[in-house]
Amino acid sequence: MTLTDRAEEILENLWVALVEEKKERSDAGILRDDNVIKELVDAGCIELKGDNITLTHKGMEEAGYCIRRHRLAERLFVDVLDIKKKLVHETSCKFEHLLHKGLDENVCILLGHPKTCPHGKSIPEGVCCRGANRIPEKLITPLSELEVNKKAKVSHLQTQDHDAIQKVIAIGALPNTEIRLVQKFPSYVFQIGKSQFAIDKELASCIYVRLA
Amino acid sequence: MAKDYKGPVEYSIEIAIEKIENLLKEDYFISKRSLALLVLQQDREMLGLVKEKEPAVLNQIEDIINEVKMHYVNPVTYELALERHNEVKDIIKKVVHYKRETVFLRERLSRLTMNPITGIPILLLVLYWGLYKFVGEFGAGTVVDFLEGTIFEEHFNPFVIKIVRDIIPWEILQDLFVGEYGVITLGFRYAVALILPIVTFFFIIFSVIEDTGYLPRLAMLIDRTFKKIGLSGRAVIPMVLGFGCATMATMVTRTLPTKRERVIATMLLALAVPCSAQLGVILGLLGGRPWATLIWAGIVGSIFLFVGYLTSKILPGERPSFYMEVPPLRLPKFSNVITKTYVRVKWYFNEILPLFLLASVFIWIGKLTGLFDFIIGILKHPVELIGLPAEASAVFLFGFFRRDYGVAGLYDLDKQGMLTGVQLVVACVALTLFLPCVAQFLMNVKERGWKTGLGISIFVLFSSFTAAYIVNFILVKLGVVL
Repeated sequence: MTLTDRAEEILENLWVALVEEKKERSDAGILRDDNVIKELVDAGCIELKGDNITLTHKGMEEAGYCIRRHRLAERLFVDVLDIKKKLVHETSCKFEHLLHKGLDENVCILLGHPKTCPHGKSIPEGVCCRGANRIPEKLITPLSELEVNKKAKVSHLQTQDHDAIQKVIAIGALPNTEIRLVQKFPSYVFQIGKSQFAIDKELASCIYVRLA
Repeated sequence: MAKDYKGPVEYSIEIAIEKIENLLKEDYFISKRSLALLVLQQDREMLGLVKEKEPAVLNQIEDIINEVKMHYVNPVTYELALERHNEVKDIIKKVVHYKRETVFLRERLSRLTMNPITGIPILLLVLYWGLYKFVGEFGAGTVVDFLEGTIFEEHFNPFVIKIVRDIIPWEILQDLFVGEYGVITLGFRYAVALILPIVTFFFIIFSVIEDTGYLPRLAMLIDRTFKKIGLSGRAVIPMVLGFGCATMATMVTRTLPTKRERVIATMLLALAVPCSAQLGVILGLLGGRPWATLIWAGIVGSIFLFVGYLTSKILPGERPSFYMEVPPLRLPKFSNVITKTYVRVKWYFNEILPLFLLASVFIWIGKLTGLFDFIIGILKHPVELIGLPAEASAVFLFGFFRRDYGVAGLYDLDKQGMLTGVQLVVACVALTLFLPCVAQFLMNVKERGWKTGLGISIFVLFSSFTAAYIVNFILVKLGVVL
């Protein structure tokens, strides 16, 4: 099924309102007579009762998929392409529509199956994440899955936990810093510059690195 | 710094800082810029200060903070750290040159201490030579024998007893100072001749170990195990200190990051970590009975883990998180070790001496009023329940005032042939777990508050007897002869 870009945007907004913000219903408002609503109804994604829009089962699936592509695109821009942060949303809005079947999985694998977008919102799982059999040779991986003695550079930090962020800042494991894992068990020991640090698995899986 | 210096921060953060700076009218003890930076990172202390001094602007500041947040992908703290990091990197690039140096041997040794296969034997060696041989045999044995046996018993005590008897005519008051449990003959002697040398030797070895950089490696080795009992590898420092003096270790639990960790550590110290004084006498008592020693150590160790595990399940709160810098291994400097030991011993002695003197006064009052006989009468029942002779109940009561005195009392009972091997193990388990000494109890209350301090004591009292009862029951049923 191919929807127009606008239809996909509407689906995303519905997902945020109905699934993430848990609103009871969504008002069609000024869009009621718009073609895009008709397109979605025809595609069997939404149902319209008066002014009230609800997502069908199919629509729910499709909307989650759109959200996933949008947030993956954001991650890709921030982590890998290092696009100026203020442009992230705009660029992603255009880019997500190009990430069709299969392509999103490649991006997801490349990024190491991220769980959140750069704004901290969760990314719906794709088929590739559910497999969970992570491929060792990927570009970006959590520090906890890096091989011992392999050099890498810190790519980003994946947590919203204030304490964890403070710890990582204190250690200095900030983007583009070179890092080498010394040991994995019983704790993670790694080298940054002339210093060595020991951290636990939880913290090690927040720090994402790009293989050198 | 020049007033128009914009600093290494990105533009919109800079605007926000300027706006906050302009809002703050009152006088603070730090520069407006530092304050604005801290406020922007939502530093609780600084926000509290602003709320106190000029609550009217707080809302406006919050609006600015929320606006800035919208502009950035990461939390503001992180953005600032990134900017600073880059600035620092630029500066360093201009002025610092690295020489290639070979730290091959040091790095090899470091790896050996961190690899569990070699690290655990190294740990056992450190414990054996550092704690058992140096602190236990030499400090608590040879040196204490000389100080307490020769200097105090033969010279100091007789001298003081004579003077006091000459000055004070009443026997009751004489007892307060120079009686069996007198302030001078027990409290002072105990603090100076027994605890002081043991703790000094412990602090020497602790400072040496600390200066080599071994402790972070130990913390890193043990973190996984400690996570299971609700602690992180960081807690290894108070725990190791606990083998020297649990009272001081309780004070050191302050360094643990969360309240939950502090409560768990305090409780485990009170319950299952024997201090050096106690350890010395117990090892002496069980010496020559290797199986008894092993059973005792195994039981106390398992209880430590089991109770820690249970507590971590019951106590609410966040899981602890572990991070620590691992400094390079170094040879300790003699002058550093001496200075550290001196400062610690001095501080410790000032802290502990009054408590020991106070304990002597309590014992004196207890004896005088017959309160002790009453408590011993009550204690007789649980003591007999765990299979020990009634005479052992006095040992438990006095164990509260001086931990090793209790065990020393067992020593006398054992010499009189009143204890079997099994009873000895049961008694040692009960006394190791039994209430912490008076000093530690007071420290628990001081650090954790009345409710938690008292709660820990009641729990410890209950679990020590329960554990001893079960151990006795099993050993007797199995017909073990030790």
